[in-house]
Amino acid sequence: MPVITYRDALGQGLREEMQRDDRVFLMGEEVAVYQGAYKVSKGFLQEFGEMRVVDTPITELGFAGVGVGAAMVGLRPVIEFMTWNFALLAIDQVVNVAAKTLYMSGGQFKMPLVFRGPNGAALQLAAQHSQAWESWLAHIPGLKVVAPGTPYDAKGLIKAAVRDDNPVIVLEGEMLYNTKGEVPDEDYVIPIGKAELKREGDHCSIITHGKMVLVAMQVADTLAKDGIRVDVVDLRTVRPIDVEAIAASVRKTNRAVVLEEGWEVAGIGAQVVDYIQRECFDDLDAPVIRVHQADVPMPYAKSLEKAAKPDAAKTIAAVKKVMYID
Amino acid sequence: MATKVVMEALSPTMEEGRLVKWLKNEGDAVKSGEPIAEVETDKAVMELVARADGVLRKRILGEGTAAPVGQLVGVIGTADENIDALVGGAAGGAPAATSAAKPAEQTIANANETAGASSVPRSRDQAQGEASMPPQEKAASAPPQSPGPGASAPRQDGAPSNGGRAKSSPLARRLANERGIDIGAMQGSGPGGRIVKRDVESAAAGGGQQAAARAATPVRPRSDADFEDVALTQIRKTIARRLSESIGPIPTFYLTAEIDLTKASELREAMLEMGDEYKVSFNDIILKATATALAQHPEVNAHWLGDKIRYHNRVHLGMAVATDDGLIVPVIFDADQKRMSEISAEAKSLAKKARERKLKPEEYTGSTFSVSNLGMFGIDQFTAIINPPEVGILAIGAVEEKPVIVDDDIEVQKRMRLTMSCDHRVVDGAVGAKFLQTLRRMLENPLMLVY
Amino acid sequence: MTIGLAARSARRRPFLIFRITMATKKKSDNGGVATKAADNGARGDAIRGDVELRRSLLHSMLLQRRFEERCAEAYALGKIGGFCHLYIGQEAVSTGTLSILRPDDYVITTYRDHGQALARGMTPRGVMAELFGRKDGVSGGKGGSMHLFDRKTNFLGGHGIVGGHVPIATGVGFAIKYRGGDQVCICFMGESVVNTGAFHEALNMAGLWKLPVVYIIENNRYGMGTALERASAIHDIYERGAAYNMPRAQCDGQDVFEVRRSVSEAVDRARRDKVPTLLEIRTYRFMGHSMSDAVSGTYRSKAELEEHLKRDPIVLLRAAMQDDGEIDDAAMAKLDEDIKKEVQDAWDFADQSPEPPLEALWEDVLVDTTSDDLAASKADA
Repeated sequence: MPVITYRDALGQGLREEMQRDDRVFLMGEEVAVYQGAYKVSKGFLQEFGEMRVVDTPITELGFAGVGVGAAMVGLRPVIEFMTWNFALLAIDQVVNVAAKTLYMSGGQFKMPLVFRGPNGAALQLAAQHSQAWESWLAHIPGLKVVAPGTPYDAKGLIKAAVRDDNPVIVLEGEMLYNTKGEVPDEDYVIPIGKAELKREGDHCSIITHGKMVLVAMQVADTLAKDGIRVDVVDLRTVRPIDVEAIAASVRKTNRAVVLEEGWEVAGIGAQVVDYIQRECFDDLDAPVIRVHQADVPMPYAKSLEKAAKPDAAKTIAAVKKVMYID
Repeated sequence: MATKVVMEALSPTMEEGRLVKWLKNEGDAVKSGEPIAEVETDKAVMELVARADGVLRKRILGEGTAAPVGQLVGVIGTADENIDALVGGAAGGAPAATSAAKPAEQTIANANETAGASSVPRSRDQAQGEASMPPQEKAASAPPQSPGPGASAPRQDGAPSNGGRAKSSPLARRLANERGIDIGAMQGSGPGGRIVKRDVESAAAGGGQQAAARAATPVRPRSDADFEDVALTQIRKTIARRLSESIGPIPTFYLTAEIDLTKASELREAMLEMGDEYKVSFNDIILKATATALAQHPEVNAHWLGDKIRYHNRVHLGMAVATDDGLIVPVIFDADQKRMSEISAEAKSLAKKARERKLKPEEYTGSTFSVSNLGMFGIDQFTAIINPPEVGILAIGAVEEKPVIVDDDIEVQKRMRLTMSCDHRVVDGAVGAKFLQTLRRMLENPLMLVY
Repeated sequence: MTIGLAARSARRRPFLIFRITMATKKKSDNGGVATKAADNGARGDAIRGDVELRRSLLHSMLLQRRFEERCAEAYALGKIGGFCHLYIGQEAVSTGTLSILRPDDYVITTYRDHGQALARGMTPRGVMAELFGRKDGVSGGKGGSMHLFDRKTNFLGGHGIVGGHVPIATGVGFAIKYRGGDQVCICFMGESVVNTGAFHEALNMAGLWKLPVVYIIENNRYGMGTALERASAIHDIYERGAAYNMPRAQCDGQDVFEVRRSVSEAVDRARRDKVPTLLEIRTYRFMGHSMSDAVSGTYRSKAELEEHLKRDPIVLLRAAMQDDGEIDDAAMAKLDEDIKKEVQDAWDFADQSPEPPLEALWEDVLVDTTSDDLAASKADA
């Protein structure tokens, strides 16, 4: 099976969907002539032309609304935000229109569109460019939110997102684009709302998504050397969350650590913990511990940034704590 | 501001507790979280901890006295503050609240007011900065390797501060319940004494049950009186109630031992050689041995009186005799004090009187323990019914010769099976077993009877 | 909505304040502007003599008026809740504009959407039932006054966030161009929208990409209580089109013929040349901003309101038709009577329509289809 980057896996998935359905178009800043700010759409302009690969002015609110309008009348836009930090300017379109129009119109107008782009912190980009927005977006009924952590999932989920008749948020990661993995050439989709057990163990569950899947895998490898076997549950979709997968794992291990990139308060992890206490109360042998970003804006200084980010060491400590290992 | 020390619910089912011992004197400085008294719950002896920093100003509840959950038992305050109002309120004795749950809540509320503790989750910084958290608990709460600023671990308070209940994980509770293990008797190995899965598993493997048995062994005082009444301990009450409910009026269990009577038989034959007047029966030997063993094991020489257990300092041995009318149990009084010949003569006489219906009431009442022997009917082994209010009876089977392997050789021994019926409200398994152990030693080494 | 019962009942009577049938040309002479507008509009209209069309315009405008008068009553009775923004006084804009459109064109608007919904052909029954929050409402009772949607008439909704819908219109224009169609998208907005970033972003892209959208500013002079002059650096706001290299115009919104002429030019340009237009149509809101806003007194004077009431668009149209002998008092009375019956029928229908079933709470949050259901998806186009 070919080994390609996450970036190319996304590009491959998008390209296949644009080839498959001529209602699909890609719009955003620098997606066409520049070949994509992160080169996801490399070669797209040449292949599909300027009507289907559309550079926009720097106007997140504007082009997000353009996507919404086009979707309302039957096209299937893929709207790229150069980063989700910029998408805050467009959040009215995402929340007030894309997510609600089907409902407000009594089911008359569906909204088949994708909003995608890198999410979360990269390196030393400071506070305004280093944020993980999944809990904001997952909060909204009417949206689906996916956060692939591997190239294989990236291709399968972007394709599922494009085909879905609902607005789907795809959270990618700047630090993920260069990661590599096996990705089959053929057409496949990963169902939205299905988690995957990325590693099987029986001592503790690590429940995570997106970029933190890599951290969790690293943690699993490290702990395995001490004979600690962990389940790594990759949610893959953070709305709707695969509660059954979480419950199955926690019922087996009796312990859980919930790892996410974002902030603590009202984070995805808080929701996961709620599901655990609801579904697995009598299976728990320890309180669930969450690992997340420090509750501060992201600092610039390298040392401070490292201290603020969730990482393998913090996760390992959390696993040992829920296992009562001193 | 003075803080009330109240009887806390130290086990999930505890409704009242007996203050075993004060660990602090009036005037001693106490720290929040520090044990100030030992309290016997329905499960075990637990520590009652201070809910505030200060001085133990008043010990209201006396040692050995029980109090319902929520009742004021003491006062913590500053060295010089006036606590009359608080102490005065205790004069009525009864707790103000009517339900068991309410005072427990009050306890927590008091603790919060005075010690600044809170059941509301706080931010990490606040939790770490909390002055009222005892040092040892802080140590327990510190993760082995700090998850760092980006990890939010739950607060790990000490066990007693959590509403006074032994902490356990939901899984541990479920497992204990499934396996019929009493979680209240366990020591938790988790943070702040939390009972976790591994504790239940090790208890299931035996450790926990031993702990429970140890905790259940009653302390029995000695005195020169004929008997001594001992108030029922919480655990004894609970055992009594629970076992009665599960089995019947007398929750009986049975212990059987097979005993080598070869030496007893030799002794008996040696005596016979000296003449007929020295003739003793196996039954006489058993009566003598039982009485002697009872003297050493007063815990089975007892009466169950419903609200208390009466431990007898004298051994009055009942001896079941079958008559045409049915069973009657004449008594050899102070059997442990009597010589074999006296026991033999008295047994013969009583049996004869019984069969002739000539026993006086005082001759068949007052036994503290009984023996029933059906060996002469060729019964190998049977279980006898306890003669209330006694708490045990020995059922004696026939003596017969059996091949036994001793040091890789087969040897023929005279063996006899005896079965003890025990009232579990008073006699726990290990207690009965120890008594039988003593009895076996005496029967197998009859010289012990005169030692 | 914080309006109290007392305030509601205080307004019980003035619902039928617009006495259309009493108006005559002579009365309109009292207002010079009105005469001028009538002359310029009615007499210069290309459809002069097309009695059928003129009667349909009158019907459309009067229907909106009578419908909304009853809305005010229903609101006072608590049958309509939430926000309720009336269109009374602006009917020539909706009727004039939408009478130009083809059925396959698109319309998108703000929360002041009742009049446009009716002018676009949504039934009074469906709209009233929606306002009443009933099952038979156009949006199944889940949208309400501000969110009227109708797929059949390509009515893409009333939208509640000022400025938020303007980029959507640009997106519809993009989709038309993407598919190579010749439809047009009409985007209604109030004049306060021009100050939002969304307006700027949306019009810039439409001008840049040459999209077939006609952006219509219904300049009723007040963004809630703030006068245009207190909110915008320029007062001839159609001039903002210059920033987007966009054809632009201004017209009188009380004269339905004037509206038709201006919109017609813009729609032709969009349909034929794929060029967007920014059209400022000057009108006046006869009612408060919403039901919780006084008609006059705080931010506008009674005198100003009365001056504008003289240029009631319905009065002006009726006068023009009377002048041309196209309608007499009896016919007008009959038309009004028929419309009132139609509105009463809508009221009765809405009143009798059941509340939405509780299952509806969970319906239409998401669809469970994908583009694999190609037949269904293609039908959207």
